[in-house]
Amino acid sequence: MRTAISTLRLLSQALLIILAVSLINFALVRLAPGDPASVLAGQSGAADELYLAQLREQFGLDQPILVQLGKYYLQLLQFDLGYSYRQQLPVVNLIAERLPNTLLLTLSAFAIALILGVAFGVAAALNRDNWIDTAVGTAAMVLYASPVFFTGLMLILVFSVFLGWFPAFGSETIGADYGFIGQVADRLKYLVLPAVTLSLLYAATYTRLTRTAMLDVLQMDYVKLARAKGLPPFRIVGAHVLRNALLPVITIAGMQAGHLVGGAVVVETVFAWPGIGRLAFDALLQRDYPVLMGVFLISSIMVVFFNIITDLAYKVFDPTMEVS
Amino acid sequence: MGKRMFSALVGVALLAMSSSASLAQAADQRLSMAINPEPATLILGLNLQAPTQTIGGKIYEGLIVFDKALDPQPSLAESWEISADGKTYTFNLQENVKWHDGAPFSSADVAFSLGTMLPQTHPIARTTLAVIDTIETPDDDTVVITLKNPFNAFLTALAMNTAPMMPKHIYEGTDYAANPANETPIGTGPFKLKEWKKGEYILLERNSDYWQADRPHLDEILFRVIPDEAARSIALENGDVQVTSFSDIEYVDVERFRSNDNFEVTYEGYEFFSPLMWIEINHRVGPLGDKRYRQALMYALDRNFIADAIWFGSAKPATGPISSTMKYYSADVPEYPYDPAKAEQLLDEMGLTPDASGVRHRVKLLGLPYGTTFVRTGEYIKQALSKVGIEVTLESVDRGTWAQRVAAWDYELTLDFVYQLGHPAIGIHRTYSSSNIRNVLFSNTMGYSNPEVDTLFDEATVETDQARLQETYTKAQQVLVDDVPLAWLIEIKFPTIHAKTVEGLVTTAHGVNGSFADVQIAE
Repeated sequence: MRTAISTLRLLSQALLIILAVSLINFALVRLAPGDPASVLAGQSGAADELYLAQLREQFGLDQPILVQLGKYYLQLLQFDLGYSYRQQLPVVNLIAERLPNTLLLTLSAFAIALILGVAFGVAAALNRDNWIDTAVGTAAMVLYASPVFFTGLMLILVFSVFLGWFPAFGSETIGADYGFIGQVADRLKYLVLPAVTLSLLYAATYTRLTRTAMLDVLQMDYVKLARAKGLPPFRIVGAHVLRNALLPVITIAGMQAGHLVGGAVVVETVFAWPGIGRLAFDALLQRDYPVLMGVFLISSIMVVFFNIITDLAYKVFDPTMEVS
Repeated sequence: MGKRMFSALVGVALLAMSSSASLAQAADQRLSMAINPEPATLILGLNLQAPTQTIGGKIYEGLIVFDKALDPQPSLAESWEISADGKTYTFNLQENVKWHDGAPFSSADVAFSLGTMLPQTHPIARTTLAVIDTIETPDDDTVVITLKNPFNAFLTALAMNTAPMMPKHIYEGTDYAANPANETPIGTGPFKLKEWKKGEYILLERNSDYWQADRPHLDEILFRVIPDEAARSIALENGDVQVTSFSDIEYVDVERFRSNDNFEVTYEGYEFFSPLMWIEINHRVGPLGDKRYRQALMYALDRNFIADAIWFGSAKPATGPISSTMKYYSADVPEYPYDPAKAEQLLDEMGLTPDASGVRHRVKLLGLPYGTTFVRTGEYIKQALSKVGIEVTLESVDRGTWAQRVAAWDYELTLDFVYQLGHPAIGIHRTYSSSNIRNVLFSNTMGYSNPEVDTLFDEATVETDQARLQETYTKAQQVLVDDVPLAWLIEIKFPTIHAKTVEGLVTTAHGVNGSFADVQIAE
């Protein structure tokens, strides 16, 4: 019962946050100078006033801002995100087409980052101050400091141009007619470079976090006790140290999971990956308000969702915590 | 997951990967080309953005195409006659032309496109086709167009990009912008849309019913959306794409491809556009309305340096309002060699003397957000003008803001480049005519007004004698170059870079926006 109430509270808070964020999004998007009609005219290389007025009327931009806001919320209530000015297609379709690609990319990257980060962090902590620790620490530092586009281009150079192991662009072989397994393998092949690129930055963070947390926990009395009891080292690390050392990692990971959608813009651009980050970036340049607000809404929902997951994960790793 | 299970899965994956190369059999003649940004639509009658023209140019056709000398050649019009008074144009259409859905193309489609749809939907045609008085269709293959007054750029207004033919049976009586048929473009061109995976690629296939016998040669054209400049370079080098165009490749990278034996770099095929880059000067702002100030800008800037060191040779110093690649260009105009001393002398004459810190005047330059080369051009201008005592503040904004501020006349100086669209009467008059001082982009946003120029342009518009037309335009160029309404910098030379095996790529003034009916890939 208590869990049910706290979960309900959590959900209603989440809904309120999403509503507030959508209002801020609306305001922010409209505060940016420039409007979609003049951008379209700019791209056409020719324009006249009547044409601009026609476009603004077609987009509903000739109406007072509060009317536009009201219409936006009316649409949202019907789960309608509106029409893209530029592509003349429902925003829901545009996002639905791309969201799976982004989720595939970011969740893979996230998984890789967690596995690599925790593994290297543990390795570094257990080998404190010897060459393994130094090597891991240096690598993490370099990766953390490297801009994502640079890491991406270097990986393309090495693994695509020189070695020819992985394709450099896109998300699948174009026009190929595979069976199911062939298709999965094909997608995997295209996924490797962008997912690894995106994961490296986060892996570096998790490595350093895990190492520090592990070192802290390794000092604890109960670890000493476990050692004194003669427990095998892998049990001490696995069952006692890591479990507690992971809490800060989970906190940060939960916060970053929401960012993964935003952080994917650069990777999606470098690897020509057809995801939602690029959709948003293009929409920003075009002042395609409905698309922009649609993407913002989806990503804010994802941030909130991942935060709830994080809260729940705490409970699993540390049953003494109360979900709040 | 059990260890054995995992290794079995990995085994299957590896097996599938190794066989994928043989499975992915490409079509025999598939050309792959980079495209950026991804077009919003392929419907040429609705959108004029460069990528829409590049891809739409394979799907749709106009009555006329222009060769590299900008002379009109037959496309959907097999031939034409112009009456002596320059007001009546009679077009004989090609026979056996079909739309991609099998419906026959006829004079009714021409009348619908030129008389009904394009004047409402097409950014250029809205203006240029307003000159049409009547359109008659005596039979399926003949169109007779009468103009309200002679307009010597009329044929230029009928090209693939200025007036694409749109299917009457699909668009008549519909809401053009919201027509569901916009998802599946229907044209008469040599290629049809096969598949569009948003954000990733657009695949065209051969139109086997194309009206030109034995054309096209290619089976498919694949346009790959690659948003990152460096990634496009790698894609070209890697063979993922065989063609890049416009500003796809950073100008600093072009030389690398020129010295690579596998590639060819050509600057041809942009004659219709003839992009001219300049500093637009807002005549309403203080001393900028003074001719001497504007002349000082011309003397203070080293256009050769901009072309060679900033644009790495993908540009040529501009001499005036008409590019050397256009018809009616004249080199017989006043010259502005790099001469900072002369610039300072002019500013002195104006009474703009240096203050204690050596500054004569402070001005803002609104940058053009089209990539690093444009940014560097702005930085050079700042540096060069500081040498003659003009302190420049660079304003850096994104495209939406730039478009809005220029249209609202809210700038002092701004970088801009403008397409000349095949004929001065369509692409050049608009920048300098005082009747075109308006709050929209690509009009006379600088607020320049010179009755002599207006008169010369009015004469040129209706002049049908070519020799007299050249004289009029030569005179107009001399007046403008002396007056310097804006500071012309360079003629941009876009590079088209392609694998040597690709043949017949650039055959017209439309370059990569052409139909590609003649393109083939050597074995």
